[in-house]
Amino acid sequence: MPALIELENLTRTYAAGDVTVQALRGVTLSIEVGEFVAIMGTSGSGKSTLMNTLGCLDRPTRGCYRLDGREVSGLSQDELAGLRNRSLGFVFQSFNLLSRTSALENVELPLLYAGVPAAERRARAQAVLVRVGLGERLHHHPSQLSGGQQQRVAIARALVGEPRLILADEPTGNLDSQTSLEMMALFRELVQGGITVVLVTHEADIAAEADRVIVMRDGSVLSDTQHQPLPARQAA
Amino acid sequence: MNLLFTLRIAFRALWRNKLRSFLTALGIIVGTGAVIAMVSIGEGAKARVEQSFAAMGTDLLVVMSGSSSSGGARGGGGSQPTLTWDDLRALRSELPSVRLAAPTLRGMAPVMSEEQNWTTQIVGTTPEHFEIRNWGMAAGVSLTQSDVDSSAKVAVLGQTVVQNLFGDQSDPLGQRVRIGNIPFQVIGVMEKKGQSASGTDYDDSVFIPASTYQSKIAPGPGKFIGGQIFVGVDTVRGTERALADITALLRDRHRIATGAPDDFSVRNLAEMASAQAEGVGTLSTLLASVAAVSLLVGGIGIMNIMLVSVTERTREIGVRMAVGARPRDILAQFLVEALALSVLGGLAGVLLGLAAAERLAAQFGWLMLVRSDIVAMALGVSAGVGVIFGLYPAHRASQLDPIEALRHE
Repeated sequence: MPALIELENLTRTYAAGDVTVQALRGVTLSIEVGEFVAIMGTSGSGKSTLMNTLGCLDRPTRGCYRLDGREVSGLSQDELAGLRNRSLGFVFQSFNLLSRTSALENVELPLLYAGVPAAERRARAQAVLVRVGLGERLHHHPSQLSGGQQQRVAIARALVGEPRLILADEPTGNLDSQTSLEMMALFRELVQGGITVVLVTHEADIAAEADRVIVMRDGSVLSDTQHQPLPARQAA
Repeated sequence: MNLLFTLRIAFRALWRNKLRSFLTALGIIVGTGAVIAMVSIGEGAKARVEQSFAAMGTDLLVVMSGSSSSGGARGGGGSQPTLTWDDLRALRSELPSVRLAAPTLRGMAPVMSEEQNWTTQIVGTTPEHFEIRNWGMAAGVSLTQSDVDSSAKVAVLGQTVVQNLFGDQSDPLGQRVRIGNIPFQVIGVMEKKGQSASGTDYDDSVFIPASTYQSKIAPGPGKFIGGQIFVGVDTVRGTERALADITALLRDRHRIATGAPDDFSVRNLAEMASAQAEGVGTLSTLLASVAAVSLLVGGIGIMNIMLVSVTERTREIGVRMAVGARPRDILAQFLVEALALSVLGGLAGVLLGLAAAERLAAQFGWLMLVRSDIVAMALGVSAGVGVIFGLYPAHRASQLDPIEALRHE
């Protein structure tokens, strides 16, 4: 069974004025289905660029990125949009919910772009919100929800398209430590449900909740540590 | 992503900023409204001129006596009678391009019925007059040649005169009216004719035989006609030809030397009417183009607000892209938003313009004429304005880098 994510000698350079910034300098790694991975690193280490590349928001300058066995680097903008819609779910530090739009409609958003009919959209969005523990708050607007609740809506939005991979960029960055732990527990549940979760964090105690920690520095992988063995079904 | 869904997103976004959306659309509303109002009123004015010129008779020439001049003060057309009854007979018999000719002597006089009196225009003429002006009877009979020959004291009334002397109730036919002190018998009532372009009421007239007019109402020099000659042109030979023929005949009959000025004038009413219609048309085109400029300004307003909106909603665009919106989805969203603004603005503008035109028309007694092609065009143009001025902001939104957009504060 091929790995879910395979990176081969991935580089990404930016032209920032006259200076060329090398954000990624040849990253090679692979992530299996069902892994719970934390990427750590100081700012400027290239972890955000890596995350954006994994999320098909950014395209590598050189190197290979295979998502689920499919080469991604050469895809068109529309194809990338389709991948983001069907195969990926994003969770952001600042939640990024649409304001003045109910939790339910926020969660429906990916399904709208997938062309799912209205009734099914509503039912699926509602089911996912119930799953993340917000069944009572379907019609609340983001401004009426706490930070933790907003992040749960965001996770529901990431989940609703039934992706295989969830990418979370500092998902606990704006949350207090208690809520952060709840959020990590939620991610753990998802992993146990067979979804692969990759998150970026700079907090060691958050990273410790994951099974595998990849530390980035200056655009390269500094260390790659497996805390927990791969899920049994992978080993089998 | 279907259109209905895109429309819903667009309307929701517009509804969120109700006041701003309204103010943005206001440019289009005013622009379209102004175009519609101007064109409706302009077309109405043009139609009225055309109507009145049709009412006058399309192939009508008016021959007038020359002007008197004493001590340098010139008296104006017709002030010095030069046309004679013999001239009239010659016009009738000698010129094939003249189909009909009728003397038309006019003056104001009070007319009295049993109960009412009304000062109106008395027209002394012959039966041909009505045929030249293409004017039929509503009731009774018209003047006849024998009425003219016998200087009969009979009168045919216009509708306005009937209204004022007899009201709605009694039948004027056979009744007596007095013009000055002379009793006339009413033998007929003319059809309603309406107003001229300059507002003269054609129906405010009483028609009597020319001979009676000259002997009883305004006794004048026997051989001269104290008024004008209306000429109905033979349409096959044309107005130009008739004009030339009449001029040549009268110059010959009046023994005017080559090079000397005419002692009469011939006016071509059809020409005047079409010149007037053209003038009205030019004015309304001018007003409509000024209005069209405001439509353009409205479009720039839309572009401005859409650009602001794209900037404001950069993060939203980023989120939409992250969850799978393709560039064309974003493009469609903003384009439809601009289009919704401009089309709704256009619709409101059309309604407003029609209402304004109606108000103005009612207020000033103008005519308005709604042309559906102009309404369709105004809507089309406002939609076009939406697309043209919405395209750039929408394109800009669709080309945003999702990473940058998500980072946008």
